[in-house]
Amino acid sequence: MAPLISIKNLYFSYGEQLVLENINLEVNRGDFLAILGPNGSGKTTLIKLILGLLKPQKGEIRLFGQPSATFKERWRIGYVPQRAIARVDPVFPVSVAEVVSFGLLPKKSFPRFMKASDWEAVREALRQVEMEAYGRRKLSQLSGGQQQRVFIARAIVAQPEVLILDEPTTGVDVTTQERFYDLLGLLNQKGLTIIIVTHDIGIVNKHVKQVACLNRRLVYHGTHEEFCSSPRLKEYVGEHHLVIHRH
Amino acid sequence: MFWDFWQYNFFLRALVAGFFLAVAAAILGLYLILRKDAMLGHGLTHIAFAGVAVALFFDVVPFPVALLAAGLAAFFILKIREKAGLYGDTAVAIFSSLGMAVGIILASVAKDFNVNLLSFLFGNILAIRDIELYGAILLAFGVIGTLIFFYHELIYVTFDEESARAAGLAVDRLDALLALLTAITVVIGMKIVGLLLVSALLVIPGAAALQLAGSFKKCTLLAVVLGAVSVVGGLNLAIILNWPASGAIVVTSGGIFLLVAALKRLRSA
Repeated sequence: MAPLISIKNLYFSYGEQLVLENINLEVNRGDFLAILGPNGSGKTTLIKLILGLLKPQKGEIRLFGQPSATFKERWRIGYVPQRAIARVDPVFPVSVAEVVSFGLLPKKSFPRFMKASDWEAVREALRQVEMEAYGRRKLSQLSGGQQQRVFIARAIVAQPEVLILDEPTTGVDVTTQERFYDLLGLLNQKGLTIIIVTHDIGIVNKHVKQVACLNRRLVYHGTHEEFCSSPRLKEYVGEHHLVIHRH
Repeated sequence: MFWDFWQYNFFLRALVAGFFLAVAAAILGLYLILRKDAMLGHGLTHIAFAGVAVALFFDVVPFPVALLAAGLAAFFILKIREKAGLYGDTAVAIFSSLGMAVGIILASVAKDFNVNLLSFLFGNILAIRDIELYGAILLAFGVIGTLIFFYHELIYVTFDEESARAAGLAVDRLDALLALLTAITVVIGMKIVGLLLVSALLVIPGAAALQLAGSFKKCTLLAVVLGAVSVVGGLNLAIILNWPASGAIVVTSGGIFLLVAALKRLRSA
């Protein structure tokens, strides 16, 4: 079976500054991949390239076997952006259910009117993240952890096959982070392929199956167990990130 | 005396044109505010001013030239922001300064059309022509149609542009559509309330509605009502107090904003 995401010989630079160099990576169905690396290592850039927000200068990205540039079924990849919570405008008059419904738009054709079945899908997505009771609430009235769950619901409402999260727990307290990662583990058990970008391996190793370490180049890609027993990786991801203990 | 005005055709035309302009401006303004692009309308007024000056300089009809200038400026503002990585307000500031400079230079060189130019700066709602009247009605229906057919996309793009792009939505086209409608609003509004004041109709009703309403739909409806009340109330105030109509409309709009802000404070106290 072809990998869901295949990256070959990928290069990207901002002006003169080379950010990604010769990246080769495959993500297969059912994976739970953590992409680790220090600040400025190119993690978010790599995610933006996968999502089509940036164009590769060299190399190839294939999504579900198709070249990324011509890939149209974007709803098959759910996305929770970096600092999603911090970006929530307290004035913005939008309800939780409306935010989740946005995730259905790429699956619909013009005119993208919402039907009763769409709102049922929204309710189901909120149910999955245990936020069903909050559909009518204004998003900005929720806590950071609750908002993060709403963004997950938005990302999974169209029933994507891959979920990509970029530093999803920034600004969320530790207890809420634990619950959040348990939710991701549950979604992965149900068959959702997950890619999470983080610098916090200590919290995600509970559920992560694969680890990729990025520092401009892909310095490591393997299973979580192999990663734990590889002392050389400290130099790439930083000593303090390697507090590893599978629960 | 006051009610006599309601029997005059010119007053009714002013009410109808102002009402529809206010509806279009209030809806567009809400999106502009939430996208932190509230100054776009103001910037485009300066560009339209340059367009009017060019048209008067070459003795051609100002309306299409101003529309072309504002439409092109809206397009380039979006492009500059996208390619040069400038914040929205920076690109707007560059274009609005250039627009005003061109207008002033042409007015100074030509000298003989200053009075005409001033009428576009301050508007003359009581002397509007068919083109402004029907233009305002068409514009309002165009904006309402856009709102109906692109409602969810517009909110999504406004709320989280990056995710909307990642989802494959045509963000640039929606941006261009909003900018174009704003440019048309500015140009139609220049004869109704004047270039200096049209941005007030774009911003104040939406800003007031955001103080009170909890949902996007309610907010849109409230912005439209407040915009319409500003125009109808302002026109009547102008007659009662013998004020310039465009100034009275904007003062009414500002008064409503202050009232709403006070109401919000009372509610949260």
